[in-house]
Amino acid sequence: MSVQSPISSVNDFVVRFANVNGSGSASANELFARAILRHGVPVSPRNIFPSNIQGLPTWYEVRVTEAGHLGARGGVDMMVAMNPQTWDKDVASIEPGGYLFYDSTKPMPSSKFRADITVIGVPLTAITNSTYSDPRQRQLFKNIIYLGALSALLEMDPKLIEQLIGEQYKGKEKLLSSNVHALHLGRDWALQNLKCPVGLRVKRADKVGDRIFIEGNSAAALGAVYGGATVCAWYPITPSSSLADAFTSHCKKLRHDPETGKAKYAIVQAEDELASIGIVIGASWNGARAFTATSGPGISLMTEFIGLSYFAEIPAVIMNVQRAGPSTGMPTRTQQCDIIACAYASHGDTKHVLLFPEDPAEAFEFAATAFDLAERLQTVIFVMLDLDIGMNHRLCRPLRWDDARQYDRGKVMTKEMLEEGRDFGRYLDVDGDGIPYRTYPGTHPTKGSFFTRGTSRDRYARYSEEGPVYADNMQRLVRKFETAQDLVPRPLQANAAKPTKYGVIYFGSTSPAMDEAIEMLEARGHHLDRLRIRAFPFHSSVASFIADHDFVYVVEQNRDAQLRQLIVNENGIDPVRLVPILHYDGTPITARFIADSIGDHQDHLKVTPLRKAVS
Amino acid sequence: MTYIAKPKFHHPGLKKNELGYTHRDYEGKISTLCAGCGHDSITASIIEACFELSIEPHRVAKISGIGCSSKTPDYFLGNSHGFNSVHGRMPSVLTGANLANRDLIYLGASGDGDSASIGFGQFAHSIRRGVNMTYIVENNGVYGLTKGQFSATADRGSRSKKGVVNTDNAIDLVAIALQLGATFVARSFSGDKTQLVPLIAAAIQHKGASFIDVISPCIAFNNHAGSTKSFDYVREHNDAVNRLDVLVGREPIHVDYAPGTVQVVEQHDGSRIALRKLDADYDPHDRLGAMTFLQKHAAKGQIVTGLLYVDPEAEDLHAHLDTVETPLNTLDARELCPGSAALDKINAGLR
Repeated sequence: MSVQSPISSVNDFVVRFANVNGSGSASANELFARAILRHGVPVSPRNIFPSNIQGLPTWYEVRVTEAGHLGARGGVDMMVAMNPQTWDKDVASIEPGGYLFYDSTKPMPSSKFRADITVIGVPLTAITNSTYSDPRQRQLFKNIIYLGALSALLEMDPKLIEQLIGEQYKGKEKLLSSNVHALHLGRDWALQNLKCPVGLRVKRADKVGDRIFIEGNSAAALGAVYGGATVCAWYPITPSSSLADAFTSHCKKLRHDPETGKAKYAIVQAEDELASIGIVIGASWNGARAFTATSGPGISLMTEFIGLSYFAEIPAVIMNVQRAGPSTGMPTRTQQCDIIACAYASHGDTKHVLLFPEDPAEAFEFAATAFDLAERLQTVIFVMLDLDIGMNHRLCRPLRWDDARQYDRGKVMTKEMLEEGRDFGRYLDVDGDGIPYRTYPGTHPTKGSFFTRGTSRDRYARYSEEGPVYADNMQRLVRKFETAQDLVPRPLQANAAKPTKYGVIYFGSTSPAMDEAIEMLEARGHHLDRLRIRAFPFHSSVASFIADHDFVYVVEQNRDAQLRQLIVNENGIDPVRLVPILHYDGTPITARFIADSIGDHQDHLKVTPLRKAVS
Repeated sequence: MTYIAKPKFHHPGLKKNELGYTHRDYEGKISTLCAGCGHDSITASIIEACFELSIEPHRVAKISGIGCSSKTPDYFLGNSHGFNSVHGRMPSVLTGANLANRDLIYLGASGDGDSASIGFGQFAHSIRRGVNMTYIVENNGVYGLTKGQFSATADRGSRSKKGVVNTDNAIDLVAIALQLGATFVARSFSGDKTQLVPLIAAAIQHKGASFIDVISPCIAFNNHAGSTKSFDYVREHNDAVNRLDVLVGREPIHVDYAPGTVQVVEQHDGSRIALRKLDADYDPHDRLGAMTFLQKHAAKGQIVTGLLYVDPEAEDLHAHLDTVETPLNTLDARELCPGSAALDKINAGLR
């Protein structure tokens, strides 16, 4: 064990901070991640937090990755162990040859360490207590002090951290200088007392480019602002609450009338998810762009209204930031587990459009597009985020908006069109695409009004229980869903360097881990073509991709292979041809997991002829 | 239920209102409710009130939940958009619609099952938010469409048609609305159109959350001896505190009542209500007094009707949210989208 040499790596390692929830560590840890970015080195941080406000363990993991692998890697090279509750588990999780950074104020028995790691003790509490007397200051500055010590150990440029602190506390000189002071307390102690740097080092690079660092929920909320959402109704639920919060703060900055100061938006924190979606549907019925943000349990509550949106054909946008279910499940852990629940939500025959953004940049784009799709298709659109995208800062391409872009308000019959004598049938398919015209309430004194209902009706919105009338309408809804196939974002295909019989389908937050896994698999000699599905209903290229390959792996973050089920069901694919690769323990999927799972399967295929493996 | 269109011809001498519309312009389809249903009288009162106020029918959005009462929007204001939504969820749909376009008049039609049971929460929250609406509960104490089960407004001790005695306590929606801050609260009886029509008219003119509980006997399942929501029972126990006339505009008021018996209430929009006091001690501006009065009379088995509370200085949800005067549904990309320059700045702040 002791012969294990310390890990030596520049710009490619994982640091994990083990903290106590509510101790103010989050901002110091985020500062650490941002400081590395300022070195021109990509990072991918993740919060691993409990469903708790104060006291329970929380971790913040920073993957430093010059190569730009933004998925979770797995394993820890340096543990910043600040939480005695989780000490044993934290120490055990360090990779052989890794580093343990801890507060050495109180001596620890040697049995609490490992021989195969480098132990770095800094008397953080002692340094803090000798400098500060206020208990809150002690708690907060202790975090900055360990950041300072880390900056010396990892050979980071302190100027870059100071610069960040300066930006954060611009105009608050006292806070600024005290934070810089704390930073140097830790840094100087480390430089004087420890061997700096250790084997892990941050070296300036130029790999960040013009990319931005943003949480998916904030980006999706910004997409809603740009997409013209004026009504937002929501009910607090992890991990989606920060989306509504972000929409509120973006609107405060971007959506007030410059002259009157009045709001060009309305946000209601509703009494529950039923009211949230009811408000969204009422507002959309009346011609405003409206959305709600929720997570799995909220979706369950909204399903009756979702059926109404489908059947009465009322636009709605639901941002579903998925978390591990079923029931309350693991509220602060990530999964892609609401695919089936959303695709077929509500009683009766229903199908809904789902969009699967891979990162914040796409969350921005899809959120904005969702409003166009909702109004074009006159139905509910789900933007399927998850906790991993929604609640973590992710490096992504800058958000872009084309100023020439107009909102697609869909088929709305105006007063002028009614005056011209156009035949208005609310459920009349005039264009053959299954999409009828609608009118907004209050359009015309005598023409174009209709009675919206969840009961069956004829093409002119007149109540009917006639079988053929009902079936005619249901068939049109199928036609409309077929139209949706070509309107939603298409799948993106990336072919392997060499021709291959094998493919892989993946979606959403799996993206960065998948990209990295492909490299790992190629190194093992396995080549796979990739198809990233970005929406349901599936474009025809999904079926042809499967047809073009002997086997297709479907990688997803749930137990029941929900996307695979949907593909099998909707495209009539032989299930044997779709191999499920499933990760569902609530942690984000890793490249290692994907590469190992697919690699093992492929190795097996190599030695066994395909026909035997199937039979 | 079938769809029945009403013939459009009418007597050439029908009275016209300020807009030149007749009653017929405010009607909807032929009701498919039971003959003699109290709800049809409420429908007629809504038609009358809208006619009297010279409201353009298409400027009203009529929204309901599910149940007999929620079917009624199909039977009035045929040129208005209607929305027969989800059971118990009229208030949220109405709230959303109202946020989208503050310029329309919002009429919420609901029942006692819809508002006091499955939708009790939504009823409460729409009231406490002060949504500018006229929320009418057509209250018959039973579930009509599912054949006569008790609803949550059925009085304890009242007897169903099948002879079952209700042992649960009743929810008094008026008391709850008062407690939750509704700024216009009334109770009436479907059999008393002279009281009901002006109440609906005043509620429509009130800018804020208006709530009217209308006792509306169910002719099929709750009009027997032992019911406390039957025509006979309500007539015998009706204790009207006032009668009102709605006055539009600022013309001088000529009221032929004895001095001290008329109180004029000016609403925020300049319209006025002349209240003819039937109970000299009743003050419709005293929320706490109204609550006490109601409870005392309820204990005596009396059904208090009339305009029970009005706040002439009411504010609505749009005022609370400080939204622009222009309806949100008319704002276009130019007004809503901050554009690429703003986005570049945002990007710069995220590096």
